[in-house]
Amino acid sequence: MAREYILHKTRTALGRNVGQPPAAAPEARIRVPQAGMEERIESFRQALEKLSGTVDVADSPAAARECVARLLCGRTAVASNAPVLAECGVASIEGVRAGIADRKELRAACAAAGAGITGADYALADTGSLVMISSPEEARMISLLPPAHIAVVPLDRMLTGLDELFSLVPAPAALTSSMLLITGPSRTADIEQILVRGVHGPGEVHVVLLQRYTQKEEA
Amino acid sequence: MSRVSLFVTCIVDQLFPKVGIAMAEVLERAGFEVDFPEEQTCCGQPAFNTGYRAETRDVARHFLRVFRDAEYIVIPSGSCTGMIEQHYPELFKKDPVWLEQVNRIRPRIWEFTKFLTEVAGVEDVGARFERVVTFHDSCHALRQLGIKDGPRRLLANVRGLTLREMTPAEECCGFGGTFAVKFPDLSTAMAKAKVDAIAATGAEYVVGVDASCLMQIQGALSRARLPIRTIHIAEVLAQR
Amino acid sequence: MPEAYEQAIGAALSDEKLQSAVYSSTARLMNKRKEVVAAGVLPDYQELREQARAIKKHTLDNLDYYLEQFEARVTANGGRVIWARDGDDVVDFLTGLAKEKGSRRVVKSKSMTTEEIELNGRLEREHLEVVETDLGEYILQLAHQRPYHIVAPALHLTRYDVADLFADKLGVEREVEIEKQTMIARRVLREKFLAADIGISGGNFLVADSGAVVICTNEGNGRLATTLPKIHVAIAGIEKVIPRAQDLPTFLKLLGRSATGQPLTVYTSFLAGPRREREADGPEEFYVVLLDNGRTKLLADRAKRESLYCIRCGSCLNHCPVYRKIGGHSYPWVYSGPIGAVITPQYQGLLHDAWLPFASSLCGACAEVCPVKIDLPKLLLALRSEIVKSRAAGKGTTLERLAFRAWSWVMRHPGVYEMLGSAASAIAGDGGIPAPFRRGPLGAWLKGRDLPAIPQRSFRQMWRARKGS
Repeated sequence: MAREYILHKTRTALGRNVGQPPAAAPEARIRVPQAGMEERIESFRQALEKLSGTVDVADSPAAARECVARLLCGRTAVASNAPVLAECGVASIEGVRAGIADRKELRAACAAAGAGITGADYALADTGSLVMISSPEEARMISLLPPAHIAVVPLDRMLTGLDELFSLVPAPAALTSSMLLITGPSRTADIEQILVRGVHGPGEVHVVLLQRYTQKEEA
Repeated sequence: MSRVSLFVTCIVDQLFPKVGIAMAEVLERAGFEVDFPEEQTCCGQPAFNTGYRAETRDVARHFLRVFRDAEYIVIPSGSCTGMIEQHYPELFKKDPVWLEQVNRIRPRIWEFTKFLTEVAGVEDVGARFERVVTFHDSCHALRQLGIKDGPRRLLANVRGLTLREMTPAEECCGFGGTFAVKFPDLSTAMAKAKVDAIAATGAEYVVGVDASCLMQIQGALSRARLPIRTIHIAEVLAQR
Repeated sequence: MPEAYEQAIGAALSDEKLQSAVYSSTARLMNKRKEVVAAGVLPDYQELREQARAIKKHTLDNLDYYLEQFEARVTANGGRVIWARDGDDVVDFLTGLAKEKGSRRVVKSKSMTTEEIELNGRLEREHLEVVETDLGEYILQLAHQRPYHIVAPALHLTRYDVADLFADKLGVEREVEIEKQTMIARRVLREKFLAADIGISGGNFLVADSGAVVICTNEGNGRLATTLPKIHVAIAGIEKVIPRAQDLPTFLKLLGRSATGQPLTVYTSFLAGPRREREADGPEEFYVVLLDNGRTKLLADRAKRESLYCIRCGSCLNHCPVYRKIGGHSYPWVYSGPIGAVITPQYQGLLHDAWLPFASSLCGACAEVCPVKIDLPKLLLALRSEIVKSRAAGKGTTLERLAFRAWSWVMRHPGVYEMLGSAASAIAGDGGIPAPFRRGPLGAWLKGRDLPAIPQRSFRQMWRARKGS
């Protein structure tokens, strides 16, 4: 049996016995920096704009809705069931379909839509990334099939970076079968190292940061 | 007065003797008594790089015997210094007697420019060389011994000298010991890339800390009929 | 060195277009990396390298434990681990799976591990349709070529090559604009994604405590291949395991920066099993194939085990002055550059391509940039020594060994050494080295370079004269 063969060869190579506990592992390196919200927003903006994404800050759900409508620019869209989208009334924007339950229908709608609108579980300030955890509320294909992706993210979800993410979520597998970090639009430089966006995934990424209430500056 | 023993390296001894003389002159001016243990030959690098460790050990033992009682051993080559510092311990790791010899000698081994800046504490040797030069960072000196700023500070104090950095300064010249003759076309192609970078600076001279690199670069410069000449930093520092 | 490789290298060196493409592409990648690991941008870069190496060392030194943990977690998540001794086991599994599910159409995202076992060709022979979806790999698949670089597979092709290829193989009108070419590929491949039954991916990291596969990509094909088809199969070498999800920040901060100068690749997918019951979408079945294919052999070689730390970033290739001159196709195996030069003999046998570990000037640029601090020059030197010993054991004493024995003897007898030096100087005289001597190593040198004039007096002769006066 391949399993026994490989494990046996491994143990022999290492001089280890069946069931032998491992040596003590070096501690995982997690260093969460301190950064206030203003700093995080600015860092996120710079990082994502560098990748040709766009960042808007909306100071209310209504403002966020307006922003999304503006970004849509008349295109059709599929929206996920993220609570923040409901809060902002995104489904009522002209051309937006929400609440599609049937998977086949969802796939067809995403393949045909001009944009996909989602929430995000977190945003990472240092790299301009969105963290999307697959769930009943967030279908993976909405941020994948359409050529544009618009995400509405509450500001209290803005983390400093990877270290803070894995500090808050040390066991993503307990929550979901898919945690995805999206850092800007899809890109390739495979031909002559010339950059092209929107190869397979969305060529446009727009993030609307939602400031629900006055944020206090964090220490 | 401190005593310095020269390990000139086989390539300087046979092909670039003036480098050794220049090094001696600079050291004497810096106030050191300089000697030359006559039994010295080679550090063993050519055999080691080609995979012949037993033969390398024989030659290494000879080196260790010759320089046993030296106070400081100064070497005009980053690669030979690196050979002794980094590879001798590996060569003798199963031989505790010789390993001890290696460990006793290692703190006394110095590449020439590093000796000047870190032991002699000297950055101005009173030299004059009114030329435009560029500098080649030899791989072993750079990566094994961390030699990058030292030579540049020494050159900065040479009266009349203009240093123009080449891009890229840190790229390998293609010598690599027996690599140069086992893969001659590849080695030459690498030298040519270096020559292009040098020519682009408009410098009259290429300065380096390793005679083997300079030999490779000069070989390519001459074959390309370019008037640029290589010169070892010891020779620059000895100029008045 | 076998004639075929000498020719390949010679051809690469004299192909000006290729030289320019490889040299400038790698220069770009080097500069981009430099910017994002600079002290001002990533102040703990060196610490991260230390940590990454320490984690890899620990994991590999205890690999059996982590493989079993990984398997248990994958199973708990509703997935299945398949153990594969070699490419045959992988192909058997996939064809069996395809038959069982009535599947024929496979989409693939980039994986060097699958190149290693020549997966595509083998699956095609079993009548499965396999489509590479990474743009560079797709182009190569159409052209029937091997990847040129671990991270940038089509480095050696121009837009005109691509235009010809697409026109020929896809029946589209010839298009030379790169953006339009990319859209053609997007359109064609989108159809394949939507129709595929099985999505095959590689795995950058296998997370033991999560039973998760982490895939780092830029185009989105990795996501499409692992989201749309009903079945996702991830194939990865057993050395790709890391202990904990919390080790990911360390590795993710190093991988993208080292490979292409990106702080993170566009998509970082953490995939832990088939879709959970209430999740809106995702694959229904999830398999992870753990491939040995000689890795346990490398593991057993303690002194050179560290080559298994490699996270396949390609940085050593970008910085290697040899790779930058001869390019990926001059290497005998799918892995090129410094890491290729080390692991090829480890996997294929010392004497298989015995010239390869010698084709390096040992400049050390690779070790300086390796995110997991593999001491590549040290490994190359160890291989050289083993190859020499192996040859000696095989066909007895070679000419080269005799030469070095003689050299060693001379170097231990300073009187003889000096005498030979004087003799050489006398022979060379003023006219340089006489013709009969311009052969062998000397001849090789003189092919492309001049030799220095041999001085009349050696240093020791000058020294004695100096002391005398």
